[in-house]
Amino acid sequence: MDDADIIPIGTHGAAGRGAGAKPSKAARDLLGGQRRAAAPRPPRDADVHPIGVEPPVQQPVGQPGESEADADLAAAPVASPTSAADPLAGLDAAAREAIEAADRRPGKRPGIPVAEIVEAFTHAAMEVFGDDWERKTAHFIAFLRRRITGEFEIDDYGFDPELTQRLLMTTARPLAEKWFRVEVRGVENIPTTGGALIVSNHSGTVPLDAVMTMFEVQERTGRHLRPLGADLVFRLPFVSTIARRGGVTLACQEDAERMLNGGELVGVWPEGFKGIGKPFAERYKLQRFGRGGFVSAAMRTGVPIIPVSVVGAEEIYPLVGNVPSLARLFGLPYVPITPFFPLLGPLGLVPLPSKWIIEFGEPIRTDEYDPSAAEDPLTIFEVTDQVRETIQQTLYQLLMRRRSVFG
Amino acid sequence: MTQAGKVVLVTGVSRDLGRRFARNLADDPAVANVIGVDVTPPEGDLGAVSFVRADLRNPVVAKLLVRERVDTVVHMSVVATPGGMGSRASMKEANVIGTMQLLGACQRSPDVRRVVVKSTTTVYGASHRDPSMFTEEMGPKVMPRSGYSRDALEIEGYVRGFARRRPDVSVAMLRAANVIGPGVDSPIAQYFRLPVVPTVLGFDPRLQFVHEHDLTGALRHAVLTDVAGTFNLAGDGVLLLSQAIRRLGRAGLPVPSFALAAVGSAMRGVGRSEFASDLVNFLIYGRGVDTTRLRDEFGYTPRYTTQQAFCDFASSVDMPPGVPGLAVAEPLLAGLEHALTRTPDVPVRAGGELDG
Repeated sequence: MDDADIIPIGTHGAAGRGAGAKPSKAARDLLGGQRRAAAPRPPRDADVHPIGVEPPVQQPVGQPGESEADADLAAAPVASPTSAADPLAGLDAAAREAIEAADRRPGKRPGIPVAEIVEAFTHAAMEVFGDDWERKTAHFIAFLRRRITGEFEIDDYGFDPELTQRLLMTTARPLAEKWFRVEVRGVENIPTTGGALIVSNHSGTVPLDAVMTMFEVQERTGRHLRPLGADLVFRLPFVSTIARRGGVTLACQEDAERMLNGGELVGVWPEGFKGIGKPFAERYKLQRFGRGGFVSAAMRTGVPIIPVSVVGAEEIYPLVGNVPSLARLFGLPYVPITPFFPLLGPLGLVPLPSKWIIEFGEPIRTDEYDPSAAEDPLTIFEVTDQVRETIQQTLYQLLMRRRSVFG
Repeated sequence: MTQAGKVVLVTGVSRDLGRRFARNLADDPAVANVIGVDVTPPEGDLGAVSFVRADLRNPVVAKLLVRERVDTVVHMSVVATPGGMGSRASMKEANVIGTMQLLGACQRSPDVRRVVVKSTTTVYGASHRDPSMFTEEMGPKVMPRSGYSRDALEIEGYVRGFARRRPDVSVAMLRAANVIGPGVDSPIAQYFRLPVVPTVLGFDPRLQFVHEHDLTGALRHAVLTDVAGTFNLAGDGVLLLSQAIRRLGRAGLPVPSFALAAVGSAMRGVGRSEFASDLVNFLIYGRGVDTTRLRDEFGYTPRYTTQQAFCDFASSVDMPPGVPGLAVAEPLLAGLEHALTRTPDVPVRAGGELDG
């Protein structure tokens, strides 16, 4: 069998539909000038053609013996590219063996040209990973393999650091750096070791502020922020899976204390749905801080509370309306209406590119309180108020600093 | 009757775990005699255990306790599935009334000094309001209305009542996570033996297992020591359902939660009751328990982690032939990774360690 030469399709004339009596230009080109030899049509059998690549050109059009051509078709894609520019050349013998062995495996679909896939894969890897592609690709493949065999590690809460790093942080990075242009202040207030409780305001209809805070903390301190989430999070399919993998656990006294005792950096958004689902008109007005359960957790474990103020998240999805009946139907706290959602459909899901500032405030120490203070409602309320006031004041200051919403 | 060692009565010896535990215990030098009780005769060899065929709801057991001067009672006949008993009602009857009668008999007997009850972590239930790790003093966040978890909860109530009435008897209750191992035939083991494992769409619960050896080891420790209290028993760490299925080399089949019971039952060709609601909830929300107290107070450290226990189980499960799974891609990826890491001018550790 001769080398097959690639014929470009559909670039030399008007596009023909190929449905009439006269074949299209592309079809004529395919025949390579031998049209008049009354060529039998190539079999229109989807199984025979390799998937995702051009159908290999049958050079001797009009040759008798259709069944032989069929057999060739299955063998051709594997054999032919090796003679031309061999994409496998870069790999050593072991690799080639592995690939070919994989190709020979029983139950494999016939005719998938592994060599071409490898070539495409190599180019893609170079494109994505740059010069160091071999090492990085190897890491990536190792990652994929661990996913397939299930040999990755998770902690007791279901946190999967590897997946968080690879997927969550990679998707959050462009959002934080390019879209919201997050400015971070006061990173030095985050302790580098030991437990601490990060308390932040909550806004934005969708908890993107939590994702951004997680990203920035990870990026700037190398520590994972472990958020506490409402029980609703764990009731929703998919959301619960992603949340657990990302390190979220239920916002309850037991989990908060367990994590803080374990020396984790725990994040809490005490406003909860009251904060995140508040109307746009009430932006930057802190909602009630619950019963102050987070303060007693911090006091019992003696960890510092770090007040965090996030400016910018309020404007990403301005909440102008709510559909309470729908919300009740699905058991959700609210069903948002923004100026663009559901008006523009999926396009309305794109957050507005507001300018963000995240400020980590000075730690509030709790280890100086008496151990019994954690049971004293008045002390708890006092500290809760102190944290709340700090965040509120910082929010006002940051708003003054910000030139404009999208600046 | 002179006693050189303990006389132990073990209930539920007809099932595999109970039988092996009783047999194992009979070989211990500190134990003089082991009496096994169950309604059906055990299928395997009981060794030095003397078997008495009796229903726990029968006064025979009370007489037996007195006649044989039993000083230790190990109750492990609380079952999760009706199995041969037929209906759910008779299962509840055997579980709850059986336990009540047994405890009543223990209360009457002057010789009983130690009662060990094998309970289950199912008493904590499974819901979206669960903490990540249950400790012994926590209860279920959502009360189970029926099924195995309800039975276990009621049984625990009776056991606590007994402990109050007979303060001279030291009562230990072991809440075991799902027992797994090559020889285990439990609802969860059957579930993982399905050719395609149905899962709940959008949920990936954390599971915890305890190896059968650790269960018998802990029960044995309970018989030979005198620590009273309730203790969680589980292997270290947790395993995600998706991880477990992949370690088995199988494919998961995500279905909506309401269809899980139907799909699971259809696959196994059994009645719906085998796929009880507490199992469905467990497969949605999962469960984790804290075993600090087991180590520190009770004094037993499980030999197998959750992962090791599951891997031991997985090695005993035959791969179903011709089931498509992601495992097909694994050798190809392995080959590629090998090739890339072996390229001489690129120094990479063989494991493909991640460095961020």
